[in-house]
Amino acid sequence: MTLVVLSRRNLLVAGSSVLASGVLAAGASGLLLPARADGLAPTESMTGGANNYRKGAPIVDRIGKGGFWMSGTVRRAGDGAPLAGQRIQIWAHTVEGQEHEPQSHGATLTDKDGVFRLEMPQIIPIFGQPHGHLAYDSGEFKTVFLRPIMRSPKETSLEAHFVLQPA
Amino acid sequence: MNGRTSLIWAALALAVGVPIAFAAASEQLAWRGPIYILAGFAGIIALALVLVQPLLIGGYLPGLSTYRARRAHHWIGGALALAVVIHVAGLWFTSPPDMIDALTFSSPTPFSPFGVVAMWAIFAVALLAALRRRLGLRLRSWRIIHIPLAIAIVIAGVVHCLLIEGTMETISKAVLCALVLAATIKVLADLWRKRMVRSESIARQ
Repeated sequence: MTLVVLSRRNLLVAGSSVLASGVLAAGASGLLLPARADGLAPTESMTGGANNYRKGAPIVDRIGKGGFWMSGTVRRAGDGAPLAGQRIQIWAHTVEGQEHEPQSHGATLTDKDGVFRLEMPQIIPIFGQPHGHLAYDSGEFKTVFLRPIMRSPKETSLEAHFVLQPA
Repeated sequence: MNGRTSLIWAALALAVGVPIAFAAASEQLAWRGPIYILAGFAGIIALALVLVQPLLIGGYLPGLSTYRARRAHHWIGGALALAVVIHVAGLWFTSPPDMIDALTFSSPTPFSPFGVVAMWAIFAVALLAALRRRLGLRLRSWRIIHIPLAIAIVIAGVVHCLLIEGTMETISKAVLCALVLAATIKVLADLWRKRMVRSESIARQ
């Protein structure tokens, strides 16, 4: 007899592999269309990504006392070229404050390779999921709000990647 | 109280008390405000009440007369609706945009729509139960309405709870959810069996 362990994680993995195969199938059919064959598609905003957003968070060396790393890349849609000097805003419910509180918000700039990395306090689960929020909102490209989820509340880093299209 | 009676009540106290005790000891509480904590515990208590409901109406809790068990089922139904109101209001206060996303079925969290479905089913049962006499609903029609809604409450409520990463400890939460499902299946099975026996005896006459 095979023992099937039904845990939340397994269900999530099974669910996301179904989703992934769907995405792969969609991607494969996308490749057949000549108009889309050359382009890196822009990142769409995620549902709930803009929740508790505060406009104009300051650029900081670190949010609060740090201990957790939020990182990612910013690239241009189409050719995928890295975008330097782009302002990315980051906020989350952390050990130092709730999502809407000003001290939970900060911004950083991408380096010449389009990479950003900002230290912030440990993210903890809020509304049932440990997650962070990121925004590109400088206006040159179309605004994008992301809401990446941590695989476990114990993780001490999280990544999010932006592919931007002209506004 | 004889041995069996105290054993059943002790088991119920453990099934409800252990997950609440684990949640009360959760390190997550240190990073939450009082209203968020209250909202979370209102949700846990609501789940515990969903376990008590089938046990009461099925007559599985010893020492209670059918009449008293039925009265308790009514009052606990009202308490369940109140716990859900506190849960939703507290979460709304904690993060209004996240609660609005949940209530409009546009939340990124997979557990939210299950919670909202369970909430509306609980409100519907509470409202219909309050109006039952005025609506002139007999037991048969009441059951046709209440049983599907009760099943929706149990399934949606359990899925909602299991998918949440919050203050509840995983195993005690899973056990409580399993007991909720088991109690519901038992009460439905007993109801079905009684109906079969009745229709057989009618057929024989």
